[in-house]
Amino acid sequence: MARLLEVRNLQAQYGPTQVLHGMDFAVEEGGITTILGANGAGKTTTLRAVCAMVKTRGEISFGGKRIDGLATESIVRLGVAHVPDGRGTFVNLSVEENLRLGAYTRGDKAGVAADFERIYAYFPRLKERRRQQAGTLSGGEQQMLAVSRALMLRPKLLLLDEPSFGLAPLIVQELFSILRDINAQDGVSMLLVEQNAALALKLANQAYLLETGRVVISGSAEQIGADESVRRSYLGY
Amino acid sequence: MSFDLLIHQVFSGLATGGIYASVALALVMIYQATHLVNFAQGELAMFSTYIAWSLLQTGLPYWAAFFLTVAIAFVLGVVIERVIVRPVENAPILSVVIVFIGLLVIINSLAGWIFSYTIKPFPSPFPAQPLFGNRYVSSHELGSIGITLVVLALLFVFFRFTPLGLAMRAAAQNPVSSRLVGIRVGWMLALGWGLAGAIGAIAGIMVAPTVFLEPNMMSGILLYAFAAALLGGIDSPGGAVLGGFIVGVLENVVGSLLGTELKLTVALVLIVGVLVVRPSGLFGRRIVTRV
Amino acid sequence: MNTPSRRVAGLALLLMLACVLPFVVSNYRVFQCTLVLVYAIALLGLNMLTGYNGQISLGHGAFYAIGAYVAAILMDRFGVPYWLTLPVAGAVCAVAGFLFGLPALRFEGLYLSLATFALGVALPQILKYKGIEHWTGGAQGIVIVKPEPPAGVPLTQDQWLYFVALATAVLMFALGWNLLRGRIGRAMVAIRDQPIAAQAMGVDTSMIKAMTFGVSAMYTGVAGALGAIAIQFVAPDSFTIFLSISLVVGIVVGGLASISGALYGAIFIQFIPNVADEISKAAPWAIYGVFLIGFMYVMPTGVAGFIRIAVARWRRRRS
Repeated sequence: MARLLEVRNLQAQYGPTQVLHGMDFAVEEGGITTILGANGAGKTTTLRAVCAMVKTRGEISFGGKRIDGLATESIVRLGVAHVPDGRGTFVNLSVEENLRLGAYTRGDKAGVAADFERIYAYFPRLKERRRQQAGTLSGGEQQMLAVSRALMLRPKLLLLDEPSFGLAPLIVQELFSILRDINAQDGVSMLLVEQNAALALKLANQAYLLETGRVVISGSAEQIGADESVRRSYLGY
Repeated sequence: MSFDLLIHQVFSGLATGGIYASVALALVMIYQATHLVNFAQGELAMFSTYIAWSLLQTGLPYWAAFFLTVAIAFVLGVVIERVIVRPVENAPILSVVIVFIGLLVIINSLAGWIFSYTIKPFPSPFPAQPLFGNRYVSSHELGSIGITLVVLALLFVFFRFTPLGLAMRAAAQNPVSSRLVGIRVGWMLALGWGLAGAIGAIAGIMVAPTVFLEPNMMSGILLYAFAAALLGGIDSPGGAVLGGFIVGVLENVVGSLLGTELKLTVALVLIVGVLVVRPSGLFGRRIVTRV
Repeated sequence: MNTPSRRVAGLALLLMLACVLPFVVSNYRVFQCTLVLVYAIALLGLNMLTGYNGQISLGHGAFYAIGAYVAAILMDRFGVPYWLTLPVAGAVCAVAGFLFGLPALRFEGLYLSLATFALGVALPQILKYKGIEHWTGGAQGIVIVKPEPPAGVPLTQDQWLYFVALATAVLMFALGWNLLRGRIGRAMVAIRDQPIAAQAMGVDTSMIKAMTFGVSAMYTGVAGALGAIAIQFVAPDSFTIFLSISLVVGIVVGGLASISGALYGAIFIQFIPNVADEISKAAPWAIYGVFLIGFMYVMPTGVAGFIRIAVARWRRRRS
């Protein structure tokens, strides 16, 4: 299968501290890749590196083109949508304005309108609260909003940073099943960073395990999920 | 004070208040996006007014000169942001304040050098006779209020209902997330400066007929705009506008009671007073610093 | 020869040159050099507040003006001898500065610069206020009689005044140097760089900040008094916002948080206007503005910092 996102020897640093020490991973077209690991392993940094939000070295290719060295805004315009940790909601703007911003770079008004409808269909609670100030939404709703905003880009690749964080289990189930639908029906590829390994391995088809900035294990999600020793030593279950 | 005089002072106050509101709005726009106060805002407005004056000298009709000046002031604002402000964007606050003061001083002296320090009259597009012969408000004051309200309305519509306005608001509030939706934050900043420049130009053109055109024309007005912006809340555009009108009326009414010699002192007292009593102003947000 | 004694030798040499200077140049140049000393004292004051303690003041001309007017009023209305006006001006400004520093405690950087900017702009108007005209002479100001050297001293008036200024400057620089390298000086810098941490470590931030304001105002006030005596004249329009801005230019060019910087800055703001005036009336300020911006980009540590770095590099190359 073709690789939509291909990353080779990725190194990243915050100021003088190097956090990623040469990672190799990929996301297949239409696939879902998950990156797992403990706190501080560098998972969030990996997503930030793909979006050029931190200083990086190495090769990052998207759709065959090199994107390392481009500015965040330009990478986004190529079809990469990032749902950051902390959600990154525009708290003082309304729900609808947040969604509209997700579609900022798109020119097709009809398409945007249609996407509004689809998002509201997936997340009816957002439709109810569309004129409400985004900062007044609950944690779960803000997460839905963050994912929706990213989807309004009609991205080819969706980056998700710990989407299950701080959410009630029922809501997490809902969210993940919606993600599965979006992947299956609209072919949106995903790069998922998660602490909840069990959940992530059920959704993804490729998995990489990160330990202090290095990939220590990689393989299909099924394999890794089935491997008891890996699960016990690295994933805690 | 007689009732007649009071009414007249209120209207005068609204007219100057509109000027303060405009300049205060320009200050707040830049503050919201950068957390910086543009000390050179007044000088930019003054310089733009000189440009208008020069265009009028070449025989251009008033409104043509007006719109051309506003366009030039917009471009000037954008250029200044990209060339002078951008390099010190993330520098410590002292450095940025110093750069702004440097800008103030350069523009002020450029104006003096190019146009000389002699005071020049500046025409008003409004008739000399008051509307309906009323004795409360001159046509220029009324016209000035009208233009201020039109500009404010246009800005409101722009920011609330257009995609670009939404993007600018987003970039000011949350630059990181803005990049994640593809907004070129740097250019949004430049646009903000351009708009601020344009607003300042309009303010200068409206006030010049009353105070006469000279390089130090805007320093007192800038002070009052500071007071207005602080009073309304330095990060609240609506507050800045309201603050401007309040300060304008206050200045005129108090001025007619106490005399006009201490106008700047009143502004100073207002500024210090607001900062001591309620730094977030009437409508601004209280900021708590995380340790 | 180790560094401290080399430094003392250098200072002694400088002092000797300074003492010889008034005898080898014209009276007018002596007057200009007196003003350099005056500005140096004022700049050291401002530098303490803004460079070392991080409180931005765009209105320090106010303290300069207060010092100047105190001297003028004491000499003209009360016949006080000129040398006595200096400590009085200093004391008055110290109190004024401390009192201003108290509410200023609650303003952080940007707001303080706003408030002091407003003070600087409003200053001439305050000085012209009819209510205090009886003391200040209103818009006309006050004329001061130039002091004579004491009987038997074979110096011209300008030369004598120069030495008075020199003695004052040496005294104030010595006091300042002692203050800044001691415990209080370190506390000032700590407050500038990490205010919350400083407070958490037990530094009485409020007291130090208000005190710094007072000391800074005192220095600038003494300078103002000296300046008034030298120029023999005080009037409101000499103390516009541009005076305050000149002082800021002085510390930026000379070097923030640097004692020697006060001297370099003073030389700059005294002589550049003279040179630039030949080009046009507006030119000095355009140059100031360009220097302000340029120094922030290129030489943020000012001339003093540049010299320090250059000397360090030269020493490294030699060893």
